[in-house]
Amino acid sequence: MALDASRAIVRDGIAVGIATGAYGLSFGAISVAAGLDVWQSCALSLLVFTGASQFALVGVIGAGGAPALAAVSGLLLGTRNTLYGLKVAPMLGWRGWRRGAAAHLLIDESTAMSVTRTTREHARVGFLSTGISIFVLWNLATLAGALAGDSLGDPRTYGLDAAVGGAFLALLWPRLDSTRNRVAAVLGAAVALCVVPFTPSGVPVLAASVVAVGMALMARDDQPVVES
Amino acid sequence: MIWVAVLGCAVGCYLLKLAGMSVPESWLANPVLRRTADLLPVVLLAALAAVQVLVSPGPDGPELSIDARLAGLAAAVVALLLRAPFIVVVFVAALTAALLRL
Repeated sequence: MALDASRAIVRDGIAVGIATGAYGLSFGAISVAAGLDVWQSCALSLLVFTGASQFALVGVIGAGGAPALAAVSGLLLGTRNTLYGLKVAPMLGWRGWRRGAAAHLLIDESTAMSVTRTTREHARVGFLSTGISIFVLWNLATLAGALAGDSLGDPRTYGLDAAVGGAFLALLWPRLDSTRNRVAAVLGAAVALCVVPFTPSGVPVLAASVVAVGMALMARDDQPVVES
Repeated sequence: MIWVAVLGCAVGCYLLKLAGMSVPESWLANPVLRRTADLLPVVLLAALAAVQVLVSPGPDGPELSIDARLAGLAAAVVALLLRAPFIVVVFVAALTAALLRL
């Protein structure tokens, strides 16, 4: 019985891995279109291994932003993994090198596939099967996408610049599940666009983060934000 | 310089993950900090999408402009409303812009 349940969790984990790995293809192609080489694209997937941060980094570089600003954009998007870690660490219960290794696999999907489990065993199986299958497929797909993108000519001909916008929107979409988040998204986009004429590339995106801080300061604890 | 950004982002993102798995949950009890961390991905992804689609390099630096990319984004919205998977959304955005540029 317990073994059957574990098998089902592994199967789900691999299914999520295949679905997520597939968009590594688009990351690889977009990354070389933004001006990174195949090695840099692969290094991002191997070492950064958190999709939104990787897309942010190559998006800012592709738009002509300074590499340092690109890295900071990636880091700010990586802060959500800290929140995930706080949630899953007590469930996984790993210490020492195991925790150090597991931290690299801490992403949206591995968190989602482990926090819902009722036992530590199942949480670990869900975390590892999802995390490892995504890691393997995401990296293979990045390499394939980067090589394919490299052999194309001008990325604009294939609409790859529009693909990057589509990728950011697709990453944003599932988070637009509350009025608060929808307001934050509109304000963030507005602030970024307003400062575009006055700042170098890369700065507008970082400027938008003041919206997150501002809205966090203004929300009152005794009055929970209305969810629609 | 790109390599420095790649490696810097890699080290930083790993440390952010490790910190989450290593500190007690009470360390992030501060509600303002928690809400900020919650809202950051929403705000940044929206800003990235907007800038990616509406900004072009101009003679005096980056400037706002409307072109085939916006049509690509509109097509992506339709794909998302139809619950298309990520890769399809990205492909539809690219295809729409590419066709408009023919």
